[in-house]
Amino acid sequence: MGRITLDKVTKSFGDVEVIPPLDLTIEDGEFTVFVGPSGCGKSTLLRLIAGLEDTTSGHICIDGNDATNVPPAKRGLAMVFQSYALYPHMSVRKNIAFPLRMAKLPQAEIDKRVEAAASVLNLTDYLDRKPGQLSGGQRQRVAIGRAIVREPAAFLFDEPLSNLDAALRVGMRLEISELHKRLETTMIYVTHDQVEAMTMADKIVVLRAGHIEQVGSPLELYKEPRNLFVAGFIGSPRMNLIEGPEAQKYGCHTLGIRPEHIEVSADKGPWSGVVGVSEHLGSDTFFHIQNTGLAETITVRADGEVGFRHGDRVHLTPREDVMHRFGADGLRMA
Amino acid sequence: MARAVTPKRKAINTALAWAVGLLIFFPILWTILTSFKTEAQAINDPPIFLFFDWTLENYAVVQERSNYMRFLWNSVIIAVGSTIIGIIIAVPAAWSMAFVPSRRTKDILLWMLSTKMLPAVGVLYPIYLLFIELGLLDSRAGLVIVLMLINLPIIVWMLYTYFKEIPGEILEAARMDGASLKEEILYVLTPMAIPGIASTVLLNIILAWNEAFWTLNLTAAQAAPLTAFIASYSSPEGLFYAKLSAASTMAIAPILILGWFSQKQLVRGLTFGAVK
Repeated sequence: MGRITLDKVTKSFGDVEVIPPLDLTIEDGEFTVFVGPSGCGKSTLLRLIAGLEDTTSGHICIDGNDATNVPPAKRGLAMVFQSYALYPHMSVRKNIAFPLRMAKLPQAEIDKRVEAAASVLNLTDYLDRKPGQLSGGQRQRVAIGRAIVREPAAFLFDEPLSNLDAALRVGMRLEISELHKRLETTMIYVTHDQVEAMTMADKIVVLRAGHIEQVGSPLELYKEPRNLFVAGFIGSPRMNLIEGPEAQKYGCHTLGIRPEHIEVSADKGPWSGVVGVSEHLGSDTFFHIQNTGLAETITVRADGEVGFRHGDRVHLTPREDVMHRFGADGLRMA
Repeated sequence: MARAVTPKRKAINTALAWAVGLLIFFPILWTILTSFKTEAQAINDPPIFLFFDWTLENYAVVQERSNYMRFLWNSVIIAVGSTIIGIIIAVPAAWSMAFVPSRRTKDILLWMLSTKMLPAVGVLYPIYLLFIELGLLDSRAGLVIVLMLINLPIIVWMLYTYFKEIPGEILEAARMDGASLKEEILYVLTPMAIPGIASTVLLNIILAWNEAFWTLNLTAAQAAPLTAFIASYSSPEGLFYAKLSAASTMAIAPILILGWFSQKQLVRGLTFGAVK
């Protein structure tokens, strides 16, 4: 069981308030992702839950028990660090067994659990190696192995994939998601990468300067961003944000339209501009359209077959049913 | 930018390094050579470098007159004992300074070091009185305590620099894995810091071994280590140079041998953190 609730939690370092009063509930078994730009307090929030930082005020409950002043070792949580934080002087086997040894489990039980974790993570052949002899992906797996053997109430991941190369990152992303499906344990995952957040999360918590900007499922955030920050942060490429007379025409201060919701054609459409940079991904092409008079550039996603060139004049048609309207305060209009 | 090293430059550098090395080593070499001379040849003018009548007589006389083994044993106990107790105290101290520093940690470190800047003789009187009061005069226990206290700032400083190099995340991982503070220090921090701890131990054994001020002033016969053994041959009267040299050679031999076998560790220890 791993239901975690934060009740008016704050954190200050000296005079600097990093986390203003914050309430959050993470349900048992949920995969929650904290996402936000660097310095938004997401790692601090995770460390508060882990107990590696003390809260300045407020309460943290794990399974209904107040854990605010419980040391990290006694919270029953496991953490995977960005740097893996493996014990360099211990073999893989000893690394994975360490939490069980600390829990004073009988040796037979330790061996059984280590073997089981190693086979799940494809580490059986590497059990007697030292972390220094492993690749980045293998080290990451050892760190995960060390976390899963003790069957924690929840897993905490602190940007676990940011030290891996792109291909490996996609693979590990799937492995962690599969692990979650199988274990059905609460997972809290910190990342600055909104693609990781969108693909893995049951629930995303978007943070900015310690404030929760929005909490919701990936699709909720995509379809109904609560404010301009979330609108700009979730979705890749970013949502186009248009201000001025064109926005007023739609009865709002800022008009948001995602690149995939604009149709591009050679001859018809209400907006027009000149093709600047095009990014060809094969399946899709992203055109950055300039001189539209709406915003500096308008990004448009088109089919990979569409072949406009740099300097071509094109016309754009936004889909009105999926437009996002924001008021002068930056909040979404009903 | 890499600098091209020409053979000529390399030869000059090698020669210079040897020259400096020999210059530093010369007093020790001279002491060892003198220990094999007769007393007359030892004070010969001009000095005789190699062509003298080699003799072991001085060693025989020194061994006959004083019990070398007792002094040696005292030195070992005092040097090793003070270092071990120092390490046991310094590891938790350095841990707290490296990983949970407060606003005053830097000041405390500097203050600790500042005690090393005090001339030892300045506190001789109070410590002497304390020793009389506590019955520690001329006891190995007393010397172990004093030398441990004297070297403690250096031990803490050295361990602090090593610990600073260990990523805090690894200790946090241990905490998350359920390790208590004791287990964290015992199973994670200490094994990772073994190279640093080893060079700290070596350096402090050497420092304690060579410490002369306190060992000479606080001992008489019972607890006197090798420094007192040497000093007993330094006399304003009579011809004692060769015997003094023999005693010195016997006193420094164990530590020279230890240093020789652990020089790699020592060099790493002394330059640790200087270059990353």
